[in-house]
Amino acid sequence: MERKLNVVVVGGGVIGALIAREFSRYECELTLIEKELDVGWGVSKANSAILHGGYDDPPGSVRARFCFPGNQMYDQLQSELHFDLKRTGSYVLAFRPSELPVLDELMQKARENGVEGCAIHSREQVLAREPNVRPDVEAGFFCPQAGITEPWMVAITAVESAKKNGLQLRLGEEVNGVQTVEEQGKRKVVSVQTPSATYPCDIVVNAAGLFSDEISRMAGAPCPELYPRKGEYILLDKKPAPLVQTILFPVPDKVSKGILVLPTVDGGTLLGPTAQDMDPDRKEDTSTTSEGFAQIFDHTIRMVNGIDLSKTVKTFSGLRPESPQKDFVLEKTPVEGFFNAAAMRSPALTSAPAIARYVVEDLVIEQAGFPLQRKIFFDPFIRPYAKVSELGPEEWEKKVRQDPRFGKMICVCNEITEGEILEAIERGATTIDGVKFRTRASFGRCQGGFCLPRIVEILARELRLPEDEVRYRSGASTLLGKKVRS
Amino acid sequence: MRTLELDSLVIGGGAAGMAAAVECAERGCKTVLVEREASTGGVLNQCIHNGFGLHVFKEELTGPEYAHLFQKQMADRGIDVHPDRFVLKVDPQKKEVITIGASGATCYKPNALIMTTGARERSFANLRIPGTRPSGIFTAGVAQRFVNLQNRLPGKKAFILGSGDIGLIMARRLTLEGMEVLGVAELMPFPGGLARNISQCLDDFDIPLYLSTSVVEVHGKERLNAITLARFDPGTGKVLPGTRKTIEVDTLILSVGLLPQNELIEDFCEVDAINRGVRVDSMMRTSNPWIFAAGNNVTVYDLVDFVTLDAKFAGQMAATIIKGGRLAQSAIPLKRGKNVGAMTPGKVCAGGNPFTIFLRSRKVMEKGRIELGPGLLSRVHMGIRPSEMLEVKVTQGHLEKIQQMGWKELTISLEEVEA
Repeated sequence: MERKLNVVVVGGGVIGALIAREFSRYECELTLIEKELDVGWGVSKANSAILHGGYDDPPGSVRARFCFPGNQMYDQLQSELHFDLKRTGSYVLAFRPSELPVLDELMQKARENGVEGCAIHSREQVLAREPNVRPDVEAGFFCPQAGITEPWMVAITAVESAKKNGLQLRLGEEVNGVQTVEEQGKRKVVSVQTPSATYPCDIVVNAAGLFSDEISRMAGAPCPELYPRKGEYILLDKKPAPLVQTILFPVPDKVSKGILVLPTVDGGTLLGPTAQDMDPDRKEDTSTTSEGFAQIFDHTIRMVNGIDLSKTVKTFSGLRPESPQKDFVLEKTPVEGFFNAAAMRSPALTSAPAIARYVVEDLVIEQAGFPLQRKIFFDPFIRPYAKVSELGPEEWEKKVRQDPRFGKMICVCNEITEGEILEAIERGATTIDGVKFRTRASFGRCQGGFCLPRIVEILARELRLPEDEVRYRSGASTLLGKKVRS
Repeated sequence: MRTLELDSLVIGGGAAGMAAAVECAERGCKTVLVEREASTGGVLNQCIHNGFGLHVFKEELTGPEYAHLFQKQMADRGIDVHPDRFVLKVDPQKKEVITIGASGATCYKPNALIMTTGARERSFANLRIPGTRPSGIFTAGVAQRFVNLQNRLPGKKAFILGSGDIGLIMARRLTLEGMEVLGVAELMPFPGGLARNISQCLDDFDIPLYLSTSVVEVHGKERLNAITLARFDPGTGKVLPGTRKTIEVDTLILSVGLLPQNELIEDFCEVDAINRGVRVDSMMRTSNPWIFAAGNNVTVYDLVDFVTLDAKFAGQMAATIIKGGRLAQSAIPLKRGKNVGAMTPGKVCAGGNPFTIFLRSRKVMEKGRIELGPGLLSRVHMGIRPSEMLEVKVTQGHLEKIQQMGWKELTISLEEVEA
């Protein structure tokens, strides 16, 4: 029997995770290498979390090709992986008569991109659906296909699914070399290097987000230089009531889709993003700025009434990998076996399932001719995370009967129990953020004021670590110092 | 789901809840106290410093001692404490409370509900301070819990933002336990905490207090490594140019305010916009006559003793109703006049019991006059500080006068007078 092909996916964001899951449908030795201590912690964790309708990408672009199909693949993906997904629909709102032609252009583009069901809504229709929109709105371009999700959970659950089907996950390892050899006049990838190991490989897919240009360079494959575009956000509390039900865009400007007001899957309201182009050497600068906050406020109050910043739960910023072409780089490179899924700017989250399938079926198998065989037994399902607060009291009680720790409240804002924290740890969380992103504990209005000490205690106990080794995230992000009394 | 019928249900077992429960039980009411943690006492359990109890017990106690005295009173009166139980929903129509705990779900059907859910700390994120989001930033209460209950220091070198009492207490605590505390910054031109804490926690340890100063940026990718401070113009609220200064610290402790917690009832009970807490009348009733409230979920008090006194009163009033008594129904608004910030109650029942108004001044006054009007009471006070509550006792005589005069509202105000 021939040896199985070695496949390495570099990067555990939504793109890398879904690509790895696609590979896990095939007979191969599959490894995903991620530099952080968990998956979904780069670009994937700080963005608008939108499944775009696909109506506004330039017709003929790579983005337009993958956005709508990706959007349509999410329902099945969700039924297999059980991350949160809501088809909220989206509006592009015109507040001046001069903006109305933009809505017509969007209708036209939607048709060209094959996006179905879009319509222009009158002021009355917009206000009936979204009473907090400013009443001077002229009209709205409505796309029913748009929705919201939790991007990090897409990555987390996709990796879990791939692991169930044979993926080896290597966390906390940063790729620092890609080795190639010259064979019959052609360069060919042979291994991927990290500080602690060498991974021999036949196929490498580079999905390293902001750093995919650097990984590509290591392999000697061309890739446009990427630069980060910073987007800052303000998240508002779900109490007293969600401000909007639909994703609200202003009419787009030349740079971006504008600053939005949108609901989050757990009922909060997200304001943002700004769009600031940064130097290529600032790929880790996720700092927020007072100018950014001011800009968000200034833009969003022009669309929606009732924005109250005293309800701020969290501020954050994310970096989107942008290229001069402003389009995805999705290709078989001249280096045999080395594939790029790079420059994953918006709408990469939406496009991701379609991109992942394209990379494996079209680029790797079809175009490069790698003989990957489908597995006979591929299990697409993972079990849903227990979310006991979404059950009624009677159902919740049944859960408590199975395990009383589902009756012990840890996060009081989002109603997350010890049972759910333990499940998150059992399924891979090793840090505060790992627990937080899987369960939403400490994601609420008090930001860990109640639950943080308790989660530290549970993590230390379950992972058998001293409390001063419990980390917030990767690297030197420990929380606590020495013992007060030894 | 188990159903439990009872006289009074107290939600929250901190200082207020324990006091209210004791008063109810004392008057023969079948009382249950529901607490989300494993034991009662609330934040008192981690406040191992002294300074509690001077008004209630006439002696200086530590937090755990103060809590213990109430825990003993509760045990003596046979009060059922249901710990590790979390309230999911208060239903004002059905008059029931749904809870979850390790033994399953329980539905309580009390004749009266007393909300004593306290306050939570304002978070760092809520301040919208720009910069990175590293580890090493803690609210003072979380740091206090780590140090006093979990035996861990939060870091090596700390700065404290906000001069609330718990921040001042932590400045001293962290210093005593070997951390370096570089200073305390307060955005306002006056301190947020009690004068005695400024003196005993900062002055005695040479920890500088920077007024009209705040943190304007935090630095550090993984762990906090520095903060930038700046001075603010108290008039305009803007940063004064040229005053930015970056200092290296690995820990930032926040004491930037407490927020009353009323998520369970705020959809159907009136909330006071200034207190940010549920509004009660002088009989400690919320706008829903089934629900009483007391403690930091009504307004943030300066002393636990005052919380206890108001909560006892709430327990007595609830017991009166439960035992078939009547409480005065009609209440007239008590409005804020000049210079009055947080204040409770929000309404006065002229036909009800005498009570105490607790209020905070909006500004520092060496000498000030409190007026409860129209023309009911006028009193001069020395050394008025926003951090310290003023008490105004409304007597039976005052209440009779209000009834006689048929006033439709009262106003309380503070006027600075020449010292």
